[in-house]
Amino acid sequence: MELNFDPFLLSLKLAFITTCFLFVIGILITYFIYFYTGRLKPVLKALVSLPLVLPPTVLGYYLLIFFRPEGWVGQISESLFGLRLVFSFPGLVIGSVIFSLPFMVNPILSAIENLPVHYREAAYTLGKSNWITLTKVLLPNAKHSVVVGLVMTFAHTIGEFGVILMIGGNIPGETRVASIAIYDEVEMLNYTNAHTYALILLIFSFAVLMAVYLYQGNKSRQII
Amino acid sequence: MIDLKLYKKLAGAEGDFVLDVALHIPAHSILGIMGPSGAGKTSILKMIAGLLTPEQGEITVNGKTWYHAGQSVYTKPQHRSVGYVFQDYSLFPNMSLRENLLFALGKDRNQQIVDEILDMMGLQALEHRKPDRISGGQRQRVALARAIVRHPEILLLDEPFAALDKTMRYRLQEDLKLLHQKFNTTTILVSHDPAEIVRLAQNLAVIERGKIIAMGRPSQLLTTLKSDVFEGEVMYIDTDNNEIIATSGHFIQAFPRQAATTALQPGDQIRVSADGLIVRKKE
Repeated sequence: MELNFDPFLLSLKLAFITTCFLFVIGILITYFIYFYTGRLKPVLKALVSLPLVLPPTVLGYYLLIFFRPEGWVGQISESLFGLRLVFSFPGLVIGSVIFSLPFMVNPILSAIENLPVHYREAAYTLGKSNWITLTKVLLPNAKHSVVVGLVMTFAHTIGEFGVILMIGGNIPGETRVASIAIYDEVEMLNYTNAHTYALILLIFSFAVLMAVYLYQGNKSRQII
Repeated sequence: MIDLKLYKKLAGAEGDFVLDVALHIPAHSILGIMGPSGAGKTSILKMIAGLLTPEQGEITVNGKTWYHAGQSVYTKPQHRSVGYVFQDYSLFPNMSLRENLLFALGKDRNQQIVDEILDMMGLQALEHRKPDRISGGQRQRVALARAIVRHPEILLLDEPFAALDKTMRYRLQEDLKLLHQKFNTTTILVSHDPAEIVRLAQNLAVIERGKIIAMGRPSQLLTTLKSDVFEGEVMYIDTDNNEIIATSGHFIQAFPRQAATTALQPGDQIRVSADGLIVRKKE
């Protein structure tokens, strides 16, 4: 069977859109958690990190329940935007954003929490709001963690499988991303194609991790 | 004019203690605060800046109440007119020296003051450098400049020159004098260096475990109280004269040996309290 690269293009498109959304959402969530001083902080952090330990099928299952036309998110989406969320690309984007949330938020949050507390205090005494303190002082000094968060989010979305299978199925050009395509090829006993797809993903993932570690390594040397 | 009444339980290295101080600082003056480490000096500065909240008390600066426990008044740190110089300078590493000052100044203010202060502090040639590309003394100059650029009503200096060598410290003290002459900002200077206090401050408060144990003119207080706030390291034991010779910063002082301190060894950290009692500090 002829090798089709559409699933890779779809994976790249999904990863790019997810990363863009998560850049904005991740910073907003980081802002909220970092400056929140109440007792619920561990709860918020646990919620963000949940996708790290939750089986993707569990997350996918709940998303399916909410996203289906009878579910309340699905109903709102259909009535307001005419958008169907199950077995559609927009649904995949929302699922990916939730599933990759910790990959964006955790590195940034942990980096700014490890900055000297005096940076924040100095900004306060200079009359700066929390938002200005975050965007002008804290984030620029945690720049490499933001980059790592972006790269990891992108790579993690490329490698996503369980959530996509649950809420997206296997619709060519719509939800059939690279990881699903491998599964599909194996199901159809097209091992040659499965090999090629798998090898491409393997090399891609390895290259991304190498790049992240090289980047981090260089930065930590520069910082010290 | 600044009036403070501050009360808060603090956790110290040698157990919890209560910070309970009342201070009146005349406008345009420099108040020095001395005392052993962990006595609550930094906490006082942080409470004035709004970075730490007292449990009881009030803070009034030039007629404006920034904090009043009874009336539930609390002004956010962002809305207090404060210049704060931290022990570790805390310049923002992502900004050049000039950008640090411009960031402090804010967008809608006249930038001429930045040039003026950079010029005054001899920093103009370095203005585009990042803080990690300048020396400790220069960093502290920038920290001072950054704190003063917004014309704060009160300048809080937390052992600002402690990390500098003697020559640099002296030069920075001169810079501070110059800034104080120009801007007349009411200043609180926390320091371990008696010479610095005598040179710069009009008033001195000596603090120990959260309480003011002496208050007055530095030159008078430091002569009468010179051993009261001593904290340092035993250099050697003079058995001929039965004295303990100890050093603190640039000072060497002799104390009569006491029965309780015969076990002291050179290198031990000691504190000499107001009644002349020598206590070995726990490591």
